[in-house]
Amino acid sequence: MCLGIPGKIIAITDAARLMAMAEVSGVRREVNVACVAGNDLEALVGAWTLIHVGFAMSLIDEDEAARTLEALRDLGEAQEALEQMAAADEALA
Amino acid sequence: MSAPSLKFASEFRDPAAAKVLLAAIARKADAIGATRAKPVHIMEICGGHTHSIFRYGLDKLIHDGVEFIHGPGCPVCVLPMARVDECVEIAEKPGVIFTTFGDAMRVPGHRKSLIQAKSAGADIRMVYSPLDALELARRNPGREVVFFGLGFETTTPSTALSIQQAAREGLTNFSVFCNHITVPEPIKALLDDPDMTLDGFIGPGHVSMVIGIHPYDFIAADYGKPIVVAGFEPTDLLQSVLMVLTQIAEGRAAVENQYGRVVPEHGNPVSLAAIADVYERRPSFEWRGLGEIDASGLRIRLRYAAFDAEEKFGIGYATGRRNVPEMEGCACGSVMIGKLKPTQCPQFGKGCSPEMPLGALMVSSEGACAAYWQYAGAREAAE
Repeated sequence: MCLGIPGKIIAITDAARLMAMAEVSGVRREVNVACVAGNDLEALVGAWTLIHVGFAMSLIDEDEAARTLEALRDLGEAQEALEQMAAADEALA
Repeated sequence: MSAPSLKFASEFRDPAAAKVLLAAIARKADAIGATRAKPVHIMEICGGHTHSIFRYGLDKLIHDGVEFIHGPGCPVCVLPMARVDECVEIAEKPGVIFTTFGDAMRVPGHRKSLIQAKSAGADIRMVYSPLDALELARRNPGREVVFFGLGFETTTPSTALSIQQAAREGLTNFSVFCNHITVPEPIKALLDDPDMTLDGFIGPGHVSMVIGIHPYDFIAADYGKPIVVAGFEPTDLLQSVLMVLTQIAEGRAAVENQYGRVVPEHGNPVSLAAIADVYERRPSFEWRGLGEIDASGLRIRLRYAAFDAEEKFGIGYATGRRNVPEMEGCACGSVMIGKLKPTQCPQFGKGCSPEMPLGALMVSSEGACAAYWQYAGAREAAE
């Protein structure tokens, strides 16, 4: 819960609510980008972010994203985050 | 002492860098006279760091004059039983959909844990984000959707932004049971404990990404202790230990940032604004093992009272009834403040294991007891 997971912003889905589609370890998940949004939302597309519980909290570079993901996989945290995303899909069904 | 052998070298992405750092730490520890009998005590505040230290065996690889003390930075672990009871009480109310992060499901309460309440028929759903709870509220206008708001400053912005969004949409069936806590206040409480023998701190990385590094200024300025904000990779942690030891060797105490690639000096302004808009400090908040700590918890401001589950259901601090005792025989409190090692708890591995946790430190992978159980046991077997 306390460690963020890197995700790449691939599209803005709802500009009014500051929502975007992110790809996290091959899984797509809608996230809020309020904390990293500048004036031009579209500029976020292609950016790597650190995502905490569905909120992009920090912009990071691609190398940092790869290293963080590797550390999270070692800790089992990456798998846990992906399982939680899957569990949430179930909760919403 | 010679540099320790890198038994787990293959685990490191960059074993050469780790080896260089371990050797530098050993030289610095020798220079300040740290020994196994008289070690330097460094507290890693964050549970994620605790997990990383055990995962990579850093506590064994490092000079034996450096001892890690595992801090209170695991929100599930410091959650008092009374709050779990209150979660169950809300979840059992008719019409409620209670949503929570999965981490909290197995934390024991006096009557039952959330997972036991779910088996008994309560509508409790594991979600990844408070945004999922918001979506549930939109889709179920006839139900009351409650989100279990849990965590330090890292997760606080997510519930603040969700409450703001709910207010904008005029949702009337969404509320948050707020258990957000803050990092600096318990650290101050630990430093004020006359038995405390800490020499320095490894500061949390992702909390600091939100709040910046200045909330820790008092640790250096008022208590004369070094603190270094650190990343989560093993080499980040080793470098941060070296930075703490260097400050001690030079007779300095400062707040330093090893994780500048993610942590801005002044934090994240959008997050901080959302937190300030939605939350205010409680006079005090109860921590498992540490008791009530002044100003260490947040509550929802009056202007957002419609989204406050404590107000909505007349529960928790809203009722004024507190002081529920913890489980008998559980030493989580003493482990939390570094007075006992997990294995020194009489229940460790007997009445308490990850499958059947008695105390919260055994529940979360960020808890010291679960980390000992998962990694230290396997390591001892391999030695």
